Amino acid sequence: MIKGNSGIRKTDVINRRMFVIGAAKIIIFTGIIARLFSLQVNENKKYLTLSDKNRIREWKLPPIRGDIVDYFGNVIAGNLKVYQLHIIPEQVENFNYLLTRLKTLLNLSDKKIEKIVKLKNKLKPWESIIVSENLSWSDFLKINNYLYDLVGIKPVMTISRNYPFSEVYTHILGYVSQPNEEEILANETVQERFVPGMKIGKLGLEKTLENHLIGTNAIQRYEVNAYGKRINQLEHQKGKQGLRVRLTVDTEVQKACGKLLNDRAGSISVMDIYTGDIIAMYSSPSYDPNKFLFGISNDDWALIRNNPLKPLVNKTLSGLYSPGSTIKPIVALSALENKIVSPSFKVKCTGKMELYGQTFHCWKEKGHGFVSLKNAMKQSCDTYFYEVARLLGVDRLNVTAEKFGLGKKVLGDYFDFEKSGLFPNTKWKINNLGKGWVLGETLITGIGQGYTQTTPLQLCLMTAQIANGGYSIKPRIIVDNNPMSLEETKRKLKEETLHAQEKKLFNDPRNIKIVQEAMFSSTNELYGTSYKSRIDDPKYQFAGKTGTAQVKRISMRERELDLKIEQIPYKDRDHALYIAYGPYINPRYALSIIVEHGGSGSRTAAPIAKELFKLIIDRNDLRNKQKNFEEIKI
Amino acid sequence: MFQHDRLNNELTFWQKVKELDYILLTSVLLLSILSLFVMYSTDGGEILFHTKSHFSKIIIFFPLMIFIAFFNIKWWHNLSYLFYFAVILLLIYVSFFGIKSSGSRRWMDLYLFNLQPSELMKIAIILCLAKYYHRIKIENVNSITSIMTVATIIIIPIIMVLSQPDLGTSILIAASGLIVLWLGGVKIKYFIYSFIVFLISLPFVISFLKPYQKLRILTFLDPDRDPLGAGYQIIQSKIAIGSGGLDGKGFLKGTQSYLDFLPEKHTDFIFTLFSEEFGFIGSVALLILYSIIIIRILRIGAISRSNFSRLFCFGFAFAIFIYIVVNLSMVLGLLPIVGSPLPILSYGGSSMLATMIGFGIVLSAKINHKQMIA
Repeated sequence: MIKGNSGIRKTDVINRRMFVIGAAKIIIFTGIIARLFSLQVNENKKYLTLSDKNRIREWKLPPIRGDIVDYFGNVIAGNLKVYQLHIIPEQVENFNYLLTRLKTLLNLSDKKIEKIVKLKNKLKPWESIIVSENLSWSDFLKINNYLYDLVGIKPVMTISRNYPFSEVYTHILGYVSQPNEEEILANETVQERFVPGMKIGKLGLEKTLENHLIGTNAIQRYEVNAYGKRINQLEHQKGKQGLRVRLTVDTEVQKACGKLLNDRAGSISVMDIYTGDIIAMYSSPSYDPNKFLFGISNDDWALIRNNPLKPLVNKTLSGLYSPGSTIKPIVALSALENKIVSPSFKVKCTGKMELYGQTFHCWKEKGHGFVSLKNAMKQSCDTYFYEVARLLGVDRLNVTAEKFGLGKKVLGDYFDFEKSGLFPNTKWKINNLGKGWVLGETLITGIGQGYTQTTPLQLCLMTAQIANGGYSIKPRIIVDNNPMSLEETKRKLKEETLHAQEKKLFNDPRNIKIVQEAMFSSTNELYGTSYKSRIDDPKYQFAGKTGTAQVKRISMRERELDLKIEQIPYKDRDHALYIAYGPYINPRYALSIIVEHGGSGSRTAAPIAKELFKLIIDRNDLRNKQKNFEEIKI
Repeated sequence: MFQHDRLNNELTFWQKVKELDYILLTSVLLLSILSLFVMYSTDGGEILFHTKSHFSKIIIFFPLMIFIAFFNIKWWHNLSYLFYFAVILLLIYVSFFGIKSSGSRRWMDLYLFNLQPSELMKIAIILCLAKYYHRIKIENVNSITSIMTVATIIIIPIIMVLSQPDLGTSILIAASGLIVLWLGGVKIKYFIYSFIVFLISLPFVISFLKPYQKLRILTFLDPDRDPLGAGYQIIQSKIAIGSGGLDGKGFLKGTQSYLDFLPEKHTDFIFTLFSEEFGFIGSVALLILYSIIIIRILRIGAISRSNFSRLFCFGFAFAIFIYIVVNLSMVLGLLPIVGSPLPILSYGGSSMLATMIGFGIVLSAKINHKQMIA
C-alpha cells in the first residue's frame, strides 16, 4: 500500500511537473515560429537580396573601342577579330602532354611553357589560362585540326585594336596596350571599366580621347557557387562601342608624306588655311603601332628605341628646330607693320655685315648687292634681314611672331607631348638667362637662328595665317560638328577679327600682300631659292620660303672649305626647311617640311613640296564634296 | 498478482500490432520520407551518396523501431542500467580507439556506418534515470545520496563527451538528464543551486573550452565580426532561411544550398535547406509534424500505468523537443553554433539510431501501457 501510495504520489509529481514543462514548450515553440516569421516574412526582401548577391556575379567584358576614321571615313584605327587560345585546367586530362603538343604545334618557347605552368598553379582550376593572345590564322587552323587531341583547349575569338595603315598614323594616333596600375588609377573612366586584358591608349589621340573611344563594358551575369565557379549564365548585357572619331586628316596625303620623307628624320605638316584642318602630320621615321598591341618583343623594341633617327619622337609636335630663313616672312611683315621699312627700302649686301667687331655672314659669300624686301625674300638674303632686324628690334619682332603662333602650343591639349617652342625677346633673356640682350642676337634672330625654336606645326600654322591674309585660325585634327562652307568660314574669320582685337594679326592688309608676293617670287621667279621646285600650272602654283637651319656654328675654316653636304658628318649637316602655301591664286593649303640634317632647304625640302602640292590640290575637290556624313560629338 | 501476470504476458502478437500507436508511427514514417526528399535536394537533385546512405539507414532503423516496440516495456526497464553502462563502455572505447575527424574523437567504425556512442547516451541517460526514479521512494528523491547518485550518472558521460570534444551533444545529454531529474521530483532549489554553481564555474568552463568553441560563442554574439570566417555559417544560414520567404523557393531550387553557400547542409543545417525551399509555410508544417510526434509521446506517457514508462516518455518527448529547439535556434541565429542534429531529418546514423530506439521504447510503452512494473 505504501509503495502504491508512493507510486501514485510520484505520478502526481511527474504529471504536475510535466505540465510546467509543457507550458514552457509552447512558449519556446511560439518564439521559434516568431523568429521564423520575422526572418522569412518580415525581412524576406533583405535576405532575398543578400541571397542574390551571393549567387549572382557580374563579369565585365572589355569594351569595344570606337573607330577612328580619316576625313573620308576610312578606318585608321579599328578593331579586328583575333583568335586567342585558352587552356581550361580542370578540363585537361594530361597537362604535360598538352603542353608538349602545344609546344610543337605553336613553337612555344621554354620560357612561355614555364609561364603557363606557373599560371596554372596560381589560378583556380576553372579559370582559363591564355596561351596566346593573338593566334595567327594558320596556327588557329592547326589547333582546330588537332582539337580532338588537345583536351582542355579552347580557341576563343575576341576583338583587338588594329591599325590598318601601320606606321602611317603612329604619331597622331599613338597606340593602345595593357595599362599598368598607375595608368588605370589616373583615369576614372578606365578605372571603372577596366577588366584584365583590356587595353588603353598609351600615346597620342588614343590616349587623349580615351574617354570617348573606350566604350562601355558588356556585362555577363552568372550564377556562381560558393567557390566562385560559374554555374550558368543568367544575362548578357551588351556594351556600347566607343564613339567613332573622325579626323581631318587625309590618308592619301599622309601616306605620300611618309613616302616622300622616305625614312629620313623629319616632318611634314599640311593644313587648311581657313578651317585649320590638319590634312597631314607626319613625323619620320615612324614605326608600326600594331607591334605594341600584344606587348612588343624585346628585339623590336630595341630596334625602335636605339634608332638614331628617333622614331619615338613626334617631330611635328615636339621636335624643336631653328626656323632658319623660314622666319623671314614674319620678320618682313613685322618690319612693314611697324613701318620700319617700305617695300622700296634697300640694303646693300656685301656677303657679310660687321657689327661691333663681329662678322655676320650672308649665305652668299659674294653678296647680293642692293636688295629690296622682295628680292631679299626671293634670294633669302641674310644681310638684308640682319639690317631689318637691327632696325626693328627683337621685342617688336617677338610680338608679330607670337601673334602668328610661334612660342605657343598649336593643338593645345590634344597631345601632351607637344612643345611650345620659343621666340625670344629681351625680357625673356633677362628672366631666363639672367643676361641682357645683345644686338648681335637680334641679327641672328632675324634669320631664324639663335634662341628661336619652333615646331614644324607652328611653322605650318604661321604659313597658313600668312596665306589666309592674316587671320588667326585654330588648328584642329578632329572634324567639327557643323561644317561650314568655305565662304562661311572666311566670313566668320573676318567677323571674329572685327570683334576681337587679339585675333587681328595685321594692321594693314597690304603688308600681308607684300609678304605673299615676296614668297611667290621666291618660288616662281628666276633666282628664287625654290625656283627649281616651282609648278607653273596656276592650278597647282604655290608660294614658299626655304630655310636652312644651322645646327652648329660654322667656323671660319669650314666656311673657307665650302664643303659639299656628303663631306659633312650627318649630325653636323644643316636642317632643310620649307614652308609654302598654294594654290597662289585662291590659296587653300599651307605646309611645312623639315628634313633633319638634309642640307639646304631649296635642295632637299622644296622638291617635296612640289610633289605634295599636286596631290593636295587634286584632292581638294574630293574633300569639298565630302559632306558631314555623320554626327560626331566630342 | 494474477491480474499482473495476465497483463504482463498475455498480449498476443496481433494484440500488440493492434495496440501500436499508428499516429506516432505514421508521423515518424512521414518524417522519414520527408527526410529522403530533403537529402535528395542536398545531393543537388540526384540520388547520390547521402540520399542512398540515408535511405539505407531508414530501411534498417525503421523496422528496428517496430522490433523494439514488440518487446515488453519490462525488458527495457530491466535493461536500462545495462544499456547505460554499455554506452559508457563504448564512450571509453571511443576515447581511446575512436576515429578522429576534424579534431574530435567521437566515432567508432561499425562497418555499415560510424557509430557515435554519445548520441546513444542521449537515450541511455533518460532510460537510466527513468528507471532510477521509478524505483526510488518519493521520500528519498531529495536525499543527499540520491542527489549525488543522479549527479554522478549525469556528470560522467558529460565529461566524457566534452572531452571528445563535443559541446553540442554534451549539452543535450545534460538537458535530457536534468529533465528526468525535474520530472522525478528533485526540488527546485537544487536546480537553482546547481545553476549558481554553474554560473560561478562558467569562467573555468570557458577556460576549458577549445578555441573553436569560444570562437563560436563570440561569433554568435556578433556574426558580422568575421563574415567569411566563423560567422559565415550563421550569416549564410540566415540568408538561406530569410530568402525562402513565405512559400519558399521551391523543391530543388534553393540557391543557397545548391550553390554550396550552406555549410554542413546534410547534418546540422538541414533545416536551413528545408526552410529555404519550402518557406515559412513548410517550416511551420514541419514544426507541426514534430509537435504531433511530441504530443503523441506525451499522451502515451500520460496513459502509462508505470512511472518508468511515464518518466521515459515525458523525458524523451522533452529531449526531442530540446533537440529541435537547439537545432532551430542555432540555424536561426538565436544560439551559438553547437553541433546538434535535427531528429530524423539530419543525415547521421547514430542520431537516427538513437531516435528510433527512443521511438521504439515509446511504442513499447504504448503497447504495454497497462503494464505495471515492480
